[in-house]
Amino acid sequence: MELNNYEVIIGLEIHCQLKTQSKLFCSCPTEFNKEANINVCPICLGFPGVLPVLNKKAVELALKLALALNCEINKKSFFARKHYFYPDLPKGYQITQYKVPLAYNGYFLINNKKIRIRRVHLEEDSGKLIHTANETLVDFNRAGVPLVEIVTEPDFRSPKEVVSFIEELKTILIYLDISDADMEKGNLRCEPNISLRYNNYSSERREIKNLNSIKNVYYALKYEIEYQRSVLEKREKVERATLLWNEKERKTEIMRTKEEEEDYRYFPEPDLPPLVISEEEIAKIKEEIKELPQERKKRLIREYNIKEKFAEIIIKDKNLCEYYENLMKLVKDKNLATNWLINEVLRVLNEKNIEINKFPLKIEELGYFLNLLSDNQLPMGNIKKIFYELVEKKITLKDLEKFSIKKKEEDLDKIIIEVLEKEKEVVEKYKKGKKGVVGYLIGKIVKAAKGKVDPREVREKIIKILEKD
Amino acid sequence: MDILKLKISEIQNLIERKELSYLELIKEVFKRIEENKELNAFISLFPEKAIKKAEECDKEFNKLKEIPHLLFGIPVAIKDNIAYKGERLTCASKILKDFISPYSATAVERLEKKGAIIIGKTNLDEFAMGSSNEFSYFGVCLNPINKEYVPGGSSGGSASAVGGNMVPVALGSDTGGSVRQPAAFCGVCGLKPTYGRISRFGLVAFASSLDVIGILSKYIEDCAIVLQVISGYDERDSTSAQIAVPDYLPLKSNLKEVKVGISKDFFLKEMENSLIKLYEEFFKLLEKKGVKLYEISLPKIKYGIYAYHLIATCEASSNLARYDGIRYGLNIEAKDIDEFYIKVRSEGFGKEVKRRIILGTYGLSKGYYEEYYGIGIKMRKKIIEDFMKAFEKVDIILAPTSPTLPFKLGERTKDPIMMYLCDILTVPISLAGLPALSIPLKYKINNFPISLQIIGKPFGEKEILDFAYGIEQL
Repeated sequence: MELNNYEVIIGLEIHCQLKTQSKLFCSCPTEFNKEANINVCPICLGFPGVLPVLNKKAVELALKLALALNCEINKKSFFARKHYFYPDLPKGYQITQYKVPLAYNGYFLINNKKIRIRRVHLEEDSGKLIHTANETLVDFNRAGVPLVEIVTEPDFRSPKEVVSFIEELKTILIYLDISDADMEKGNLRCEPNISLRYNNYSSERREIKNLNSIKNVYYALKYEIEYQRSVLEKREKVERATLLWNEKERKTEIMRTKEEEEDYRYFPEPDLPPLVISEEEIAKIKEEIKELPQERKKRLIREYNIKEKFAEIIIKDKNLCEYYENLMKLVKDKNLATNWLINEVLRVLNEKNIEINKFPLKIEELGYFLNLLSDNQLPMGNIKKIFYELVEKKITLKDLEKFSIKKKEEDLDKIIIEVLEKEKEVVEKYKKGKKGVVGYLIGKIVKAAKGKVDPREVREKIIKILEKD
Repeated sequence: MDILKLKISEIQNLIERKELSYLELIKEVFKRIEENKELNAFISLFPEKAIKKAEECDKEFNKLKEIPHLLFGIPVAIKDNIAYKGERLTCASKILKDFISPYSATAVERLEKKGAIIIGKTNLDEFAMGSSNEFSYFGVCLNPINKEYVPGGSSGGSASAVGGNMVPVALGSDTGGSVRQPAAFCGVCGLKPTYGRISRFGLVAFASSLDVIGILSKYIEDCAIVLQVISGYDERDSTSAQIAVPDYLPLKSNLKEVKVGISKDFFLKEMENSLIKLYEEFFKLLEKKGVKLYEISLPKIKYGIYAYHLIATCEASSNLARYDGIRYGLNIEAKDIDEFYIKVRSEGFGKEVKRRIILGTYGLSKGYYEEYYGIGIKMRKKIIEDFMKAFEKVDIILAPTSPTLPFKLGERTKDPIMMYLCDILTVPISLAGLPALSIPLKYKINNFPISLQIIGKPFGEKEILDFAYGIEQL
């Protein structure tokens, strides 16, 4: 039997590190530290007698995400303990949410298809094992770092849909400043579960772990579809299992089977009161996230008439959007300003490895510069140099005035007449209908004026003169 | 004159009159502890630190010419499941026998801030699991009234130290009766405050939803002095209450003002008749003195012991999961991680602790949760309802603290059920999170005073203390 009309069923479990200064239940910093066991204290190390205290910022960020995913919010949610023994788990349990999560029953549109979100909840991360040749060490810097877990319904029908979802989720996480959402760095982790369905045949759901890039998510799912299909074709059973993705050999490997599934002995965390969310908090955050990246992208294209690929770039960063839209209010030539932002400003940000809010030029400063540029008040050819000097604070806006050296009208007229005198033959050609020679004449005039003229103005002037004759 | 039989305020009077120095007081404490070594009330002692602090207190007093706080320079013992920075925190367990705490509990910090001197850490049943102090890695602790008897538990060391006049006050912890029952056995006062009144930060968790830090003292006033200092919200404990702490002092008898409830449900048919008779005699005395007594009904408290053991063991199995030998504690060579866990936990925990971990692990397992932990929670709600209904009628409830008088060493260690029944009259109060104070009455059997439990409304510590003070004055 050959399976052709099979259906792929994929659901996702996503863990995402929240962008907070401190850990979920103590005041240790969350920043990445090369040296092991630096960001630790008795609380995140699970010393005897310590108690957790919930980080309010983490709640705010998780709530923001839950609302962005159109979830319903539990006004009162609860923390629970999930038990298992592992050296990187300091307390012998992880504090998470179980029966009543922060949020539930949401959805998210990917290319107009609805992906249902089952739940969004808060939990703490574990530490990390470091295996060396003859010993295993534990680094607890990451233990207690706040995570948000997103569980989708099994609504994906192809690995491609999964990829689109993760990409769009990343955009939102970054745009709303919820997370750095970098899969390579491990602050966005995706664990898909996948099964195949064909008439009465169905495989059992298999979960894949250890996927550290969107590419690997895609390849692992592709691999698993082929594998499960081949098993089903033989009318054999695909057993429920948890798999690991072997990146080198590009295949999944069994980590544990159904029989080995752990019993986590969940029970309500007695050290933390219920997490209470007020209507006001929800309203405040809803206001903040009124417009998500996709909607804003559409509006940017509509309102400023910019290319989709530019809008795409701008909506990757909410602060950049704000900067851009404020800049648009100031500039005369919106097209020029958009191009300048995309090409020059982003280049500076890249080179300096900074974010837009650290960009040295204020919106008004950049706007002033761009308006001088569009008014042809700056010498052509030197503009980029001037821009970089502005950025480096080598010159100030005041200095721009001395570049703004538009030749006085009469000076320019004099130069034009002189050049036209000299280039009589060319002028004749023009009069005979060879209008293309204007470019040549403009070049000569600009050169004679040492570049301190606006070519478009020159063109207008000479055409006036030539047509008059 | 025996200075260690005095009230704290009387000790301070002596200091003020320069008839005593803090150094002399501290030296007397350590002398007394040395004389009572046999009682094995302490696991750790800090004579050098304490003497240095006492000398500083003397200097400070000479400079200030007045005593800044009633607890200033007063020696306090703390149960060895409460963290004190730089000192061992053993919980009377082999698994933590050499563990040094890098921080102090909030309650300890607050005591030290007022100048109290922590002189040592007292013996207990391992991880506060027990009612006789016989389950300690550091050996049994004895009853100061009669050394053949247990001091009760789990705060046996604190009760023995206060009862044996080694120290005026001590901190204990009470999960199901662990302050009140040993206080009763050793003839001292033991307060279990409302859940949330005192921060649990730094108290090693046994059953988090029940654990509270408690106070053992000879006098009600001393108990109130300590309670005043260590009570109140602590941002490090999210379960501590954001409810203002009233002024407990000065104490003022309220015997004639409060409505007092008495329930047959606290007098079990298994209790000795001679014991019940003494309580009846006492209640008659109260009525004669003008106390208004009301009969109340608490039919659900009989489920308390079951609910308690379901909830407490489940929470304990979770709370004790962190003792895995990885970051601190007992460390044993092993060939792999699984063997390491098994070796560390098998050798590190004692029999009673293991028994409760196993029970609790079972109770939380898939498919059993609803039948065990879930049922425990339901029964707990019923018990709370019983108390709340009773408190619509009365302000205070009186009950015996223990169904029996102290028993001899070894008498109950073989039978865990008999041991668990020690707490039958104290656990319902713990489940309801209510405050209760156990005080010794003047009636004695075989030299052991019988004890009265004064149970109050949530955060009704002041009424309880005033009532107890009234009885103390009778």
